[in-house]
Amino acid sequence: MKVLVPVKRVIDYNLKVRVKGDQSGVDLAGVKMALNPFDEIAVEEAVRLKEADIATEVVAVSCGAAVCQEQLRTALALGADRAILVETDAAQAETLQSLAVAKLLKAVCDREQPQLVILGKQAIDDDANQTGQMLAALMGWPQATFASRVVIVDGKATVTREVDGGLETLALRLPAVVTTDLRLNEPRYATLPNIMKAKKKPLDTLKPAELGADIAPRLTTLKVTEPPKRQAGVKVADVAELVAKLKNEAKVIA
Amino acid sequence: MSILVIAEHDHAALKAATLNTVTAAAKLGGEIHVLVAGSGCAAAAQAAARLAGVAKLKLADAPHYAELTAENLAALIHAHAAGYSHILAPATTFGKNLLPRVAALLDVAQISEICGVESPDTFIRPIYAGNALATVKSSDAVKVITVRTTAFDACGQGNAAPVEAIAAGPDLGLTQLVGRELTRSERPELGAAKVVVSGGRGLASSENYHRLLEPLADRLGAALGASRAAVDAGFVPNDYQVGQTGKVVAPQLYLAIGISGAIQHLAGMKDSKVIVAINKDPDAPIFSVADYGLVGDLFQIVPELTAAL
Repeated sequence: MKVLVPVKRVIDYNLKVRVKGDQSGVDLAGVKMALNPFDEIAVEEAVRLKEADIATEVVAVSCGAAVCQEQLRTALALGADRAILVETDAAQAETLQSLAVAKLLKAVCDREQPQLVILGKQAIDDDANQTGQMLAALMGWPQATFASRVVIVDGKATVTREVDGGLETLALRLPAVVTTDLRLNEPRYATLPNIMKAKKKPLDTLKPAELGADIAPRLTTLKVTEPPKRQAGVKVADVAELVAKLKNEAKVIA
Repeated sequence: MSILVIAEHDHAALKAATLNTVTAAAKLGGEIHVLVAGSGCAAAAQAAARLAGVAKLKLADAPHYAELTAENLAALIHAHAAGYSHILAPATTFGKNLLPRVAALLDVAQISEICGVESPDTFIRPIYAGNALATVKSSDAVKVITVRTTAFDACGQGNAAPVEAIAAGPDLGLTQLVGRELTRSERPELGAAKVVVSGGRGLASSENYHRLLEPLADRLGAALGASRAAVDAGFVPNDYQVGQTGKVVAPQLYLAIGISGAIQHLAGMKDSKVIVAINKDPDAPIFSVADYGLVGDLFQIVPELTAAL
């Protein structure tokens, strides 16, 4: 069984973002970039499926500018067998939206014929939470979003999903799309030998035009602003003062 | 211009998030229709027909909507999308799972988790865990939108919109429900509660979490929440999580107890009206957003607070 793992290059999750003064976006110049944390969990899950002899090959794929090779190399260092970069120019990469990525991934799926596509439920930059569901729709495949457990047996995936009320478990016919939630697994660290090995693993490049997908943006960002800042309040000395403040000043308790 | 709101329900009752979504729809200015798709869901449909501002209630009742799977529901909505300029659902796990699938079938973008409506084609939405707000304009013929429910008030009730039964879509048979483990609680729903008592790693164990926070929540009539660290450590189930990837809450009062305040957590609660933080570390980031901070040992403070209320 071949597993395809789409991954995205995003700002390192530890960093605080700065909105540009001209409101055109977020300042990413010179900022440390990384693999989207949810995609890292997806890579880990795929690699574990391979280690369990369920997956035969793990293919990482990313859509964006040439720099996304860095994140593909990370996926390879974590255990993916090979990688595909769907390379856009830098301007296209800036306006590459979920629907466009889903269309590119559909074209990759048509070529690669994976049985399972596993990817992060959202990217921590635009927080869209769309690509997996859109890809599943375009392929006509079942989907299991927000996965906290994935079991593959006899051509079926049994996936436990984190939903608002608790947990829900679905059985899906393969091929299928699964999106990962935080508690699916704890990704390993790439070891130095594996980082070295990853440099020799195959990384192919495709162009959107070769894939025949329409990647024109449908949304235009008019401006990006900072949210209203919350002022830090006061420190209170003890419980009595806290209760008095909540009653008399904030008036949130009776 | 007509707007279709996808109701979230459990067949018997409407989920509160639907009411906020109808309010967001009303800001677009158009005739609002609500779709209730389920199995044996007449009661939920009747509840939805009472929502203020709703012109028509569309009801699709079929056995293959019992599990509310995205595949079957998306096919239904796609088949009934003609004539709608906007399709909205709450940005809950239900809406987030379903609506991108609808958008892709319609070959349009989805605008995720809007927190403001500028005009019928321009919306405000949080990005980067709420550390920035993007104003985006859609060029698509149909705007498919999920709504951050805490950003819109619940709509009124007392309406009696006509109910129109519509034909069910196909049963695609792509997924089957194996089981559900839903958290049962007498407490208010986390996303809609007026008071939230939330606990973090500082509580150190599941036993402490329940022993200290439940009596406090009882006193306040509060919902219980948690940081990611507390959920990862197994103190409480996943549906307690507040944050960028968990639930977004905006209660009148939010008590953060033993929570340091990672940006991913702040993203889920910083729109609360009043925030109280109790933490032993005076430099914890949670104090930078708290209206009232109390530095000290939560194991002493929380029982004292419960007794004082």
